[in-house]
Amino acid sequence: MRVLKVLGLFVLLTVPVGQVIPAIEAQAFPNDGVKARYYDLIAEFRCPQCLNTNLAGSDAMIAQDLRKTILRLLIEGKTDAEIETYLYDRYGDFILYEPRLTPRTWLLWLGPLGLGILGLWIWLSLGWKRKRPDGKTLSEDEQRRVQRLLERS
Amino acid sequence: MAKQSVLIPLCAFAILVAVLGLGFTLSDHNDLPAQRVDESMPSFSLPSLWQPESQITAAALDGEAALINVWATWCPSCIAEHAELARIHSEEGVRIVGVNYNDDPEAARAFLRKWGDPYAFHIVDAEGTLAVDLGVYGAPETFVIDSRGVIRYRHVGVVTERVFEEKLKPLLIQFQEAS
Repeated sequence: MRVLKVLGLFVLLTVPVGQVIPAIEAQAFPNDGVKARYYDLIAEFRCPQCLNTNLAGSDAMIAQDLRKTILRLLIEGKTDAEIETYLYDRYGDFILYEPRLTPRTWLLWLGPLGLGILGLWIWLSLGWKRKRPDGKTLSEDEQRRVQRLLERS
Repeated sequence: MAKQSVLIPLCAFAILVAVLGLGFTLSDHNDLPAQRVDESMPSFSLPSLWQPESQITAAALDGEAALINVWATWCPSCIAEHAELARIHSEEGVRIVGVNYNDDPEAARAFLRKWGDPYAFHIVDAEGTLAVDLGVYGAPETFVIDSRGVIRYRHVGVVTERVFEEKLKPLLIQFQEAS
């Protein structure tokens, strides 16, 4: 029984929720290509109003408007890049999950690299310190004592 | 040597504090990027709330510094700021233009009939197209435009007397004089 419970919990915790199915308005798509791109795009942009929900998953008024806008632009024949620029011009970095590299976002993009270098530096400096700085090794007597202490424990 | 190994976690801690501290200063939800500031009003042609058969364009905004207020009857904060907008109009003589956003025009007219209409006119943005072009996040939002129709400031949230006195009024005065 317990194993089943644990297994059940494990499955619940590890199986990804997957694509959040948006409970949103029905749209009339001219063809399946536009439909597929529409669903890709609304999952890709962040809703400006709800913190960290994408356009697909948001009920906010502005998210509905932006979904309509994206569909309109798709039907007008805009490319994905043009649609991104259109939204970026109006909403800025906020709407992108991957903000563009600008002076404002340098810390965001380069920070992890800096932390990595810092970590490497700490790791290396700690590693070197393990050696005795004077370069001496243990004498035979000291070696035997270490052996005895280890056996006793 | 022992001294240095104490320094490393201390430095790491200091860096963490600095980064998180910076994060907290950036976390003001209302401090959203205002992409449209210092650009002209986007072009539009939308019906007027009181004369639905006539179209309003961006040209109607020229001539005087004004507040553009994005509002709707479904938005409680918009209703809350209505009295302050009325005061700003009657006591300060400020021109306020309404963008009635994704609203039922009949409900909007009924609301204004009941509580008064301090706005010069209302643009009916039934599909939210003008709101998207303005980069609106959610109602209410209030923009300051200068007499040439250039957006100078964007305020997200309710306009209180304090917001008006400290932020909007100085800008209205500045851009009224500058042009």
